Amino acid sequence: MSEEHYLELCENPVQFENASSVNNVFFDEANKQVFAVRSGGATGVVVKGPDDKNSVAFRMDDKGEVKCIKFSIGNKILAVQRTPKSVDFISFIPDYPHLECSQECKMKNASILGFCWTNWNEIVFVTDQGIEFYQVLPDKRSLKLLKSQSVNVNWYMYCPETAVILLSTTAQGNVLQPFAFKSGTMSKMPKFEIELPVVPKPAKPNLTERDIAVHVVPREGSYKKTNVLKLNTTGKFALNVVDNLVVVHHQSSQTSIIFDIKLREPDCALNVHQPVLPGRSIHPYRIPLTGLAAVPTQPPVPCELCILYETFSPACLTCAVCSPFASGYLWYLQVKLPPTVNLLQDKGKLMDFLLRRRDCKMVILSVCAQMLNGGDKGGLPVVATVFDKLNQVYKEYLEAEQTYTVATESGPSRGSAARERPVRTQAVIDQSDMYTHVLSSFSEKKDTSHKFIIAVLMEYIRSLNQVQITVQHYLYELVIKMLVQHNLFYMLHQFLQYHVLSDSKPLACLLLSLESTYPPAHQLSLDMLKRLSTANDEIVEVLLSRQQVLGALRFIRSVGGHGNISARKFLDAARQTADQMLFYTIFRFFEQRNMRLRGNPSFIPGEHCEEHVVYFKQVFGEQALMKQVTV
Amino acid sequence: MLMISPRMASGMQEKQYTPSLLSFFVYNPSFGSREGEEEKKILFYHPSEVEKNEKIRNVGLCEAIVQFTRTFCPTKPAKSLHTQKNRQFFFEAEDSFWIVMVVRNPMVEKPNKDGRPPTIEYQEEEILDTVYGAVLRECYSMYKLFNGTFGRAMEAGGVELLMQKLDKFFYRYLQTLHLQSCDLLDVFGGIAFFPLDKMTYLKIQSFVNRVEESLSLIKYTAFLYNDQLIWSGLEQDDMRILYKYLTTSLFPRHSEPELAGRDSPLRPEVAGNLLHYGRFLTGPANLKDPEAKFRFPRIFVNTEDSYEELHLIVYKAMSAAVCFMISASVELTREFCEQLDGLVGPQLTLLASDICEQYNVNRRISGPDKEPQFKFIYFNHMNLAEKSTIHMRKTASVSLTSVHPDLMKILGDINCDFARVDEDEEIIVKAMTDYWVVGKKSDQRELYVILNQKNANLIEVNEEVKRLCATQFNNIFFLD
Repeated sequence: MSEEHYLELCENPVQFENASSVNNVFFDEANKQVFAVRSGGATGVVVKGPDDKNSVAFRMDDKGEVKCIKFSIGNKILAVQRTPKSVDFISFIPDYPHLECSQECKMKNASILGFCWTNWNEIVFVTDQGIEFYQVLPDKRSLKLLKSQSVNVNWYMYCPETAVILLSTTAQGNVLQPFAFKSGTMSKMPKFEIELPVVPKPAKPNLTERDIAVHVVPREGSYKKTNVLKLNTTGKFALNVVDNLVVVHHQSSQTSIIFDIKLREPDCALNVHQPVLPGRSIHPYRIPLTGLAAVPTQPPVPCELCILYETFSPACLTCAVCSPFASGYLWYLQVKLPPTVNLLQDKGKLMDFLLRRRDCKMVILSVCAQMLNGGDKGGLPVVATVFDKLNQVYKEYLEAEQTYTVATESGPSRGSAARERPVRTQAVIDQSDMYTHVLSSFSEKKDTSHKFIIAVLMEYIRSLNQVQITVQHYLYELVIKMLVQHNLFYMLHQFLQYHVLSDSKPLACLLLSLESTYPPAHQLSLDMLKRLSTANDEIVEVLLSRQQVLGALRFIRSVGGHGNISARKFLDAARQTADQMLFYTIFRFFEQRNMRLRGNPSFIPGEHCEEHVVYFKQVFGEQALMKQVTV
Repeated sequence: MLMISPRMASGMQEKQYTPSLLSFFVYNPSFGSREGEEEKKILFYHPSEVEKNEKIRNVGLCEAIVQFTRTFCPTKPAKSLHTQKNRQFFFEAEDSFWIVMVVRNPMVEKPNKDGRPPTIEYQEEEILDTVYGAVLRECYSMYKLFNGTFGRAMEAGGVELLMQKLDKFFYRYLQTLHLQSCDLLDVFGGIAFFPLDKMTYLKIQSFVNRVEESLSLIKYTAFLYNDQLIWSGLEQDDMRILYKYLTTSLFPRHSEPELAGRDSPLRPEVAGNLLHYGRFLTGPANLKDPEAKFRFPRIFVNTEDSYEELHLIVYKAMSAAVCFMISASVELTREFCEQLDGLVGPQLTLLASDICEQYNVNRRISGPDKEPQFKFIYFNHMNLAEKSTIHMRKTASVSLTSVHPDLMKILGDINCDFARVDEDEEIIVKAMTDYWVVGKKSDQRELYVILNQKNANLIEVNEEVKRLCATQFNNIFFLD
């Protein structure tokens, strides 16, 4: 089933001329560049990187067979090794002449195993007798030795991301000596020994661990102190690191398995990792025939997987190099997430796995939707676990954002470097994502019981509350909609009673609208408005609409807002009740207020109370109007 | 019941008798409309020893009064009849089915000198219609909870079955009626809700949902803590009567074994279950017992529409009690009970300790000694929420109040006044004994406060009540 292949090769591989008697092909791991050197460079050197920016073509003199060729970072200086003792340098700095120089290794009788660029102008020679760290001075056409260290070296590994070289020393080669490089300095890190065939490993940057694994895997599994990858098979292996996953390719079975070293097995001191997923081969790749030879009707040639597996460059970290045909290809290996969904049954583990992947958002959301809609639902406990995991990541992002905002608002504080705005990765699934892609359509499912829908919504709200995330109004609205649709008003009442649905003006208004079907909603709404303490005007409106004119007046007086309320509004409401005594009381109240405010009981024109004054006179007589006290 | 009055005359002891049940009967006038068949009308009569003709006479009298008063207001016939010695309450529970309760008025027996028989003074104004009317209605609700409606019994097995059911139920139930300690709270028939923070409440929600999902037989769930309600899947009216049953009958019956020592014979066999503290309050006392019976009480809910008969499983771990209700058409087996015990027991134990912890934290924050010096009763008609600092403990046998019955009577009177009008009101009463009694009604809420402040004036009392509202009820809308 093709849907089971969770690894695939990228769509646009780098194509290069195949290695032949006249053409040498080199791969530079650090810059991910492929060098095709024709006739020792005399007829051209073509450099191709994963994107066009890194592609260069040039010629150089044929000074013998090229053993190794690498650009420094940023394609500034080209280093070419042709003899076991020396390396040649050609400057590629723009607007500079192509100056050349050569450097021999310092140690006598040593032969160069290889070299690595650690900077645009800093290079390390690794010889069988030690390492030499140079700075290239292109304008002076010379190199300056910065540091050297003598030690017997069997083989070495270089990790460009961390600029760490790992040397295999001693006769058995099981003592590993790392060196770290940083702008002109070289530091020796503690060495460590690998027990054979069991290989422990102290806590170290993960990237180098993987490097080791490349060399030690042809045994029964590789063992490390921090992380042990259980391969459960023997044979030849190749390793890639893709999207923070260790991909181990097993040659004889032609399958690849992936490990997520952050995925922890519970109750296990030593992290023994089982493969996350069952082993699967890489998705078959079809090479399109291009150029003149391509016949439109001819299907693309399927690339034989066995060839792929056999040609994996062991030194290749993120790419696979393969040359089955006339031309070579350089692919990026990619992890396809959708097929993993069906291979990993444990939804909690699946979420842990997905949340650490790069393009995970839509996959996660589809897993959620599927979990809620699908027949094989693991039930609410699983739903709860998944929500909790998502919201944990969501919460961490919100917190980082919060600290960033606080930090920037308080200005650059002493000493602390300017903080970087937290990156919102795809793993941050917020409430609106969840609402739009999962919950709103789920809540409209006709074939799902409303009990389950409500339980799921409440579970999501619980999960958000658990990590103290403020729940958005639209989620409450969804819950209320469900409850109202199924006449579960008493349930709604209880939720509100325990403030599970947090107070807000929109929610209070929603409740008011329910009053006709569920009368207690009126009280719930008023209580909510009261608690908000910013909704006094709304409370007055509600009371007036229920003709509770006195109540409204007493309320606004109790909160001290009766000085500047609209007299007309109250008089209108009092008139509507057709209760003349009530009208009299209200009228008198405002006369007294006017008196207190302006020393005059009459209404000012701006209050538009003329018709009420007329009515008052008509009913109670002119003499009933309050007299202005004349001093 | 005899109570020694606080007003004791020197030398001569007065005896005070509290109200007590004289008789209680159920009849249907349409069952014996022909002359000579009057006895057929009577479906239940307590006390049963009463001579047949007297039963017929009493029932006939009630029938006549109701019939007579109907001519004045066809929709609202008489609800009670006051006489010097007793008071009769009439309630038409179902169409033509009447329940009548006759309560003897409280009285004072004053001994006389010279060996003459003591004088008896009936205090006919001391008891309140609203209180005993509510008690009567509750009798019916309780009957209906466990037996369904009269009408359904008639359909199922005719008069015989109905009479059987009435006899079986009321014979025991009437013994638990304690008319001397009925008060305003009986009028409300409210539910005490357990105060809880949002998060813990959501955890309980989640628990209930999960259990209902994995044991899909469960139709409704109710969750209580410390005899106070937290969640009800039942509708309000059904919950109200179930709550009454749980808190005044079932829980008190089971609290004694819990309080008993570990080795006490009263303590139910825990059967070496160290994983959790859960146990069944209804149904099997011990799951491990091979003789255990898996029979649960049956209750009837939603009698107005869907008319459901359910098994009532009450399961408790520490102070948390959960009621699971399952359709009575399903037969409950040992396997189901074991499954429920295994699923609910551990979770509920955990949840109960969570709630307890949360509750203690909240109490520490608000201060344990900040018990208000106010004595008040609060009731909300909308959600039946009730809160009383007057009642110490309401159990099956007796309700302890911390105030004098006279004050309780004033509360009842104020409540009657409130019931008469629809509008918001406030009533302030100065009682004989330096007490002030304040009643407030705002929308659907009622608050009664008893203040013991000598020499306080009306303004001060008003201020005091405002203060109480601001501290105790600041999160609700209470008009002042």
